[in-house]
Amino acid sequence: MNHMAIAALKTQRRNLVQSMFDEGVLDNQFNQLQDLQDSSNPNFVEEVIALFCNDAERIITELNRYLNDQNVDFSKLDSYVHQLKGSSSSIGAYRLKLACVNLRQASEERNKEECAGAFNSIRREYYVVRSKLQVLMQLERHIVNLENQQ
Amino acid sequence: MGLKLQQSQHHHSVAVKVNEQMGTKRGYTFIQSNRAWLPKFLLLWVVVMAFISAWIYKKMDADSKVRREEVLITMCDQRARVLQDQFRVSVNHVHALAILVSTFHYYKNPSAIDQETFAEYTARTAFERPLLSGVAYAERVVHSEREKFERQHGWTIKTMEREASPIRDEYAPVIFSQETVSYIESLDMMSGEEDRENILRSRATGKAVLTSPFRLLGSHHLGVVLTFPVYKSKLPTRPTVEERIEATAGYLGGAFDVESLVENLLGQLAGNQAILVNVYDVTNSSDPMIMYGHQNQDGDLALVHESKLDFGDPSRKHQMICRYHQKAPTSWTALTTAFLFFVICLLVGYILYGAAMHIVKVEDDFHEMQELKVRAEAADVAKSQFLATVSHEIRTPMNGILGMLALLLDTDLSSTQRDYALTAQVCGKALITLINEVLDRAKIEAGKLELETVPFNIRSIFDDVLSLFSEKSRNKGLELAVFVSDNVPEMVIGDPGRFRQIITNLVGNSVKFTERGHIFVKAHLAENTKPMTEAKPENHFNGGLDEGMLISGAGHFKTLSGYEAADERNSWDYFKHLVLEEELRYDASINMAIADEASRGVTLMVSVEDTGIGIPLIAQDRVFMPFMQADSSTSRNYGGTGIGLSITKCLVELMGGHISFISRPQVGSTFSFTTVFERCKKASYNDTKKPVAEDLPSGFRGLKAIVVDGKPVRAAVTRYHLKRLGILVEFANSVKIAASECGKNGSSCGSKIQPDIILVEKDLWLSGEDGGLSLRMFDGKQNGHVFKLPKLILLATNITNVELEKAKVAGFADTVIMKPMRATMVAACLQQVLGIGKKRQPGKHMLNRSPILQGLLCGKKILVVDDNLVNRRVAAGALKKFGAAVECAESGKAALKLLQLPHCFDACFMDIQMPEMDGFEATRRIRMMESQANEQMNGSIDEDSASKGEWHVPILAMTADVFLATYDECLKCGMDGYVSKPFEEENLYQAVAKFLKSNPILGS
Repeated sequence: MNHMAIAALKTQRRNLVQSMFDEGVLDNQFNQLQDLQDSSNPNFVEEVIALFCNDAERIITELNRYLNDQNVDFSKLDSYVHQLKGSSSSIGAYRLKLACVNLRQASEERNKEECAGAFNSIRREYYVVRSKLQVLMQLERHIVNLENQQ
Repeated sequence: MGLKLQQSQHHHSVAVKVNEQMGTKRGYTFIQSNRAWLPKFLLLWVVVMAFISAWIYKKMDADSKVRREEVLITMCDQRARVLQDQFRVSVNHVHALAILVSTFHYYKNPSAIDQETFAEYTARTAFERPLLSGVAYAERVVHSEREKFERQHGWTIKTMEREASPIRDEYAPVIFSQETVSYIESLDMMSGEEDRENILRSRATGKAVLTSPFRLLGSHHLGVVLTFPVYKSKLPTRPTVEERIEATAGYLGGAFDVESLVENLLGQLAGNQAILVNVYDVTNSSDPMIMYGHQNQDGDLALVHESKLDFGDPSRKHQMICRYHQKAPTSWTALTTAFLFFVICLLVGYILYGAAMHIVKVEDDFHEMQELKVRAEAADVAKSQFLATVSHEIRTPMNGILGMLALLLDTDLSSTQRDYALTAQVCGKALITLINEVLDRAKIEAGKLELETVPFNIRSIFDDVLSLFSEKSRNKGLELAVFVSDNVPEMVIGDPGRFRQIITNLVGNSVKFTERGHIFVKAHLAENTKPMTEAKPENHFNGGLDEGMLISGAGHFKTLSGYEAADERNSWDYFKHLVLEEELRYDASINMAIADEASRGVTLMVSVEDTGIGIPLIAQDRVFMPFMQADSSTSRNYGGTGIGLSITKCLVELMGGHISFISRPQVGSTFSFTTVFERCKKASYNDTKKPVAEDLPSGFRGLKAIVVDGKPVRAAVTRYHLKRLGILVEFANSVKIAASECGKNGSSCGSKIQPDIILVEKDLWLSGEDGGLSLRMFDGKQNGHVFKLPKLILLATNITNVELEKAKVAGFADTVIMKPMRATMVAACLQQVLGIGKKRQPGKHMLNRSPILQGLLCGKKILVVDDNLVNRRVAAGALKKFGAAVECAESGKAALKLLQLPHCFDACFMDIQMPEMDGFEATRRIRMMESQANEQMNGSIDEDSASKGEWHVPILAMTADVFLATYDECLKCGMDGYVSKPFEEENLYQAVAKFLKSNPILGS
C-alpha cells in the first residue's frame, strides 16, 4: 500500500520537477542542489528553498520600495537585483534569474518603465517558482513521512 | 549585464585600437603629402631646365662672340700696326732720299746727281721702300725760269695729260725718277690737282704729306702719293711758312700703291682668309675714301673693328676696318652642350618623378596594407572575442540541454526514445567538448593563454588521465598503461592543467581510434632516448608495407599488448634498454639527482602509442592543422572535429617542446612530444604546503611481489606502479615458475625474497597449461610452511562474472586489480586484499561520484564568503558534500576577522560582488595581513613558523561571469583562481587541484 503511494508520489514529484524544467522555471543547478542532499544533510533542499524564499521576498519588498520612489536609486536597485540573481541562480530558478537580468539591464539604462516591467516579471516568476517549490516540498515531506512509516 | 558590459568594453577597445592605428597613417612623408604637386613639379623642373639650358647656350654663344671679336681686334690691330710700320719705314726712306737729293744736288756744285745716278740709286734701294711703287724728284721752277730750265734739260714741261704745260706761276717738273715710274719724267706735278695741293702743303710744313687716294697713273691701282719738300739752303731753326716756300728747291714724291702693297702685306700674315680688311682715308669724315678693299659691303657686317692708322701725315687721317669674311658660325658646341644639358636634366627630372611616383605608390600600398592588417587583426581579435563569448554563451544553454536529456533518460522511455535521447546526449557532450576546445584555441590565438608555473607531480597527472579513460578503454577491451621512467623527477614546476590537457587529448584520440590492442603512455627524460634512437636504424617509417603481416597477428610483437605498433621504440627490445639502464643507474641515481639539481630544466619526453587505425599517409602532414582530420570519413566514423591536435601542438610549443608522430595505417600511431619543465628544488617545495611526494600510502613499503606476465613491457608497467608503492618486484614468465620460486624460498631459510603478493595477468592465467588447478597446487605447497601465504591477485583489463568466479575458485583474492593501473588504485586494492591501512571511507557514494575531488577537499577547512545567504548555503552544501569542513562569512569584513592570523583555513572561496567590501578588496587586505605576518616571521627565527612555511591561504573567486578580464583582476588583487558560481564539479576540481594537496582516501 505504502509502496504504491510512495511510487505514485515519486512519479508525481518527478513529473512536477520535469514540468518545471520543461517550462524553464528551474535549471540544472536544481539537480545539483538535490544531489547535495544526503543522509548527513536530509533537509538541505528544503532549507535552502526556505532561505531563498525569505531572501527573495525581502529583496522584492525592497525593490518595490525603491521603484516607487520618485527618484529611483538605480545603484541600490542594482545591488539588490544582483543579490536576487545570485540566489536564484544558486537554487536554479532559471526564469527568475532571467527576469533579474532584465531588470539589471533596465536599471543600467536608467529606464524606469522597463524597470517596472522587469520587476513585475520578477514578482510573477518568483510567485510561480515559490508555489511550485512549495508543492514540491509538500510532496517531499509526504514521501519522507511515508518512508518513515515504513 | 556584466557580460554585456564586458562586451561593449571589448568592442570599444578594439575600436580605439583601430583608430590609433589609423592615426599612424597621418605620418605621411613629404612626397606623399605633396603627391598632387608632383606633375606640376615635373613641369616646373622642365621649364626651369629649359631656361637654364637656354641661358647656358646664350652665355657660351656670347663667350664665343667675345672671343671672335677679340680675335678680330687683335688681327686688325696687328695688321694696322704692320702696315703703319712699313709705311713709316718707307716714309723715312723717302725723307732720307729727300735729304740725299738736297745734299748732292743742291749743296754740291756741280750737282752730283743726275737722272742716271738717281735711277740706279733708287732702284738699288727699292727694297727699303716696299710700299712705294716708285719715287721721283720734281724741281721747283718758277715761270721766269721756265725757259732757262727747258733749255737746260732739252724738253718742255708737260702737264699730266702729257701736253705742254700752260703758263703758270710755278712748275714742278719731274727731273729724276725711278725707272719704275720713268713715264712721269718731265711731267709737271703741279698740274695734277692732288699733287699740287700736296706740294703746297708739304713745302709749307716741311713734312711728308699724303694725297687722298686716287687711281695711280700706270697701274691704275688705288694709291696715294707721298711728297717731301727739298730745300736748297739750310733752314733756320724755326722757319716760317714763307721762309720754307722761299727755300724750297723741289719735291720728292713717291707713289704708294696701297692696294697691291696692302694685299702683299696681308698675304704674309696668318688668318688672311678669315678677315676682310678695308683701309679708308677719313680726312673728310663725312666721306671716307677707300684706299684698299672693296667698296661693296659683304662679309659679316655685324662685327666690325676699326683701327687707326697714322702714316705720319697729321693732316690726313686713315683707318683700317676689319671684319670677318663670313658671318659668325652657329656655335655647335654651345648648342649641343645646352641641348645635352637639357636632355640630361629632363631625364633626371623624369627619373625623380618616376621615383616619387613609385614611392607614392609603394606608400599607398603600404598604408593600404597597414590598414588591412589593422582590420584583419581587429577582425581576428574580434573573432577570438566573439568565439570566447559565444562559446561561453553556448555553454550555458548546452548545459541546460544536457541536464534535460539526463532527466529525460531517467524517465520511462521506449527503447527508440531512449536511443534518440542517448544520441542527443552524446552529441551535446561532444558539442560542449568542442566549445571548450574552440574557447581554448581562441584563447591561444588571442595570446591570452598563459602558462602557470606551479610545482606538480607528473606521475599523478598521468594517473588522473588514465583514470579518465579507464572506463572507455575497459569497454573497448584495450590495454591502457602508463610508464614513467624512474629518473623523471617527482615534482616539476610547470602548468599541470595544460600538461594534463595535452595528454588527455592524445590519449583521448588514441582511445577513440583504437579498437583492439593497447594504448601505452611512456614518459622519460629526453636525454635518455638519444643513444637508443641513434643506435636504431630507422628503416621502415610509416610504411604500409607490413600491413599484411599483422592482420591477425596479435601476440607476435613484444609490445604492451602484443599488437604491432608503429614506432618500435616502445617494444620490449628497446624498452628493456631503458629499464635495464635504469636498474644499472639505480644506485648512482642519488648522486645523479644531486648532479641534476644544478641544471634547472627538465626535458620530458612523452610518447603515446596506440594500435589503432593509424593516419593515412596523405593526411599525415596536416594532422596538426585545426579542423583537419585524416579524411572526412574519419569524422563520420569517429566523430570529433580535429581541433584537439592543433591545440595540443600549440600547447606543446607554448611549453617549449615540440610534437611529432609516427603512424602506419592499420598499425597504429605513436605521438611523441617533449616539454620543458623547471626542476623543482627540494628546498622550495619542502617549505610550501604542497605535497612533497604523491600521497601514496606508505604501508606497502618493503613488501615483495612477483609479477607473472609473459609480456615484458606489461610487466614493467606493473612493476612501475608497484615500485611507486615501495614494493619490491620480481618477474616470472608463468605461474609455475613463480610457484617454484616461491617454493624454493619457502624451503630455504627465507632470507631471499619471500613474496607477499603474486600478481597474475589474466590472459596468462587463462591461456595454456597454467590452468586454475596449478594454483591450487601452489597453494597446497605453501600450507606446510610457517610462511604467510602470498596473496594471489589477478590483473585484468576486463573480466566477466564467470571468469571472476573461476578466479575465486582458483584461489585468487576477491579483489581483481582492474587495468589501467594507477598507483592509488593499486594501493586501494592491495589494502583491501592485505588489510593494511585504515578503512576510512566517508560515504561510499561519494567515492563513486568524484573520488578525486573528494580526496582534495576531504577534511579541509574552507571559508566561504558570500553576502547572499542562499548562495552561501548552497556553496557550503556543495563543499560539505566533498567532505570539507565549511565555515561561512557574510561579508568581506567578517572574512577578514576570521582570517586573522593564525587561522586554520585551507582555502577561501570569495564572492566578488559584495556590499561594503567586495571580494577584491577583501583579498587585498588579507594578502596585506599575510605579507606582514610573513615578514615578521622571517625576521624571527621561529621553529614553528619555519615548519609552517609562509602564510598564503588560497583564495578563489566565486563569480557568475567567468571572463578573462575578471580573471586577470582576480589575479591582480592576489587571488589564486576562480570558480564559477554555482559550482561545477570539473571547474571546482580544476581550481582546487592547484592549491590543495590531495588527502589520500586510504592514507596511513
